[in-house]
Amino acid sequence: MGGMTTATSGPDLTALRRLRLAKDVMDRDWADPIDVAAVAARAGYSRHHFVRLFGDVYGETPGRYLARRRIERAQDLLRTANLTVTEICMLVGFTSLGTFCTRFKEQAGMTPTEYRRASRGPATSAVPGCFVLLWAGGFAGR
Amino acid sequence: MITKLGLATVWCLDQDAAKSFFTGKLGLEVRDDITLGEGGMRWITVGAKDQPDLGLTLMVPGPPTMDAESGEQMKKLIAKGVLGAGAFHTDDCQAEYERLAAAGVEFVQKPERRPYGVEAVFRDDSGSWYSLTQPFDRLDESASWGDCVG
Repeated sequence: MGGMTTATSGPDLTALRRLRLAKDVMDRDWADPIDVAAVAARAGYSRHHFVRLFGDVYGETPGRYLARRRIERAQDLLRTANLTVTEICMLVGFTSLGTFCTRFKEQAGMTPTEYRRASRGPATSAVPGCFVLLWAGGFAGR
Repeated sequence: MITKLGLATVWCLDQDAAKSFFTGKLGLEVRDDITLGEGGMRWITVGAKDQPDLGLTLMVPGPPTMDAESGEQMKKLIAKGVLGAGAFHTDDCQAEYERLAAAGVEFVQKPERRPYGVEAVFRDDSGSWYSLTQPFDRLDESASWGDCVG
């Protein structure tokens, strides 16, 4: 079974596959009440081991990755959906409005309300989502 | 004058497994499966039944196509899931999604209505991702771009 790392080679292909499947869970099921411990369990790792391996391979902790994906989905909804900020906060999987607003401002540089005001308008780009998502580092859920 | 794209490379971790995935699960047909000489290069191509003039060659990165170190790096990138290999078109994204998901294909995005069509995203058995798109004849501006608009 893979998963061991060495100083020179990093995780083997089996471990990389398991980490990828765990990352896909976060990309696909971000709106569900999943947390890092649940994702680690799905990948078959202890939480501690999973956090370390994931960070080595993808350059950020799984907790940061999941929060970043959720904020990105919130940005999408703020642009396009007629929902309140609180509704969007819950919809993308945050349980605390305070945490959501803090993380949103860290990532987007403005509050959710300011973001909505600044970004409402007709779509201006015709690049297929999948390619932009590769650039952005992951795939959207539903 | 270039007239068309006839062949594209799909990098995979195992040719037999990839052949089984692209034919048994995705439903493509085998065009070639040839070994060039004793222990020589295995040449496998697959393609969509309705598109005979475009084939996909299933290749494992490594010697003699590239040096061993580069091959190992490529394999890790594939297994990590960071490589995308293209977009397949379908006439019914929802039905094809259900068929493929039931067959065990890993999806990272369920069908979503986008301005350019209905799109899902799946991975092959090695880890590379593909769009599965049912294109619209014209843009539907009322649909969400998802993460398309930066």
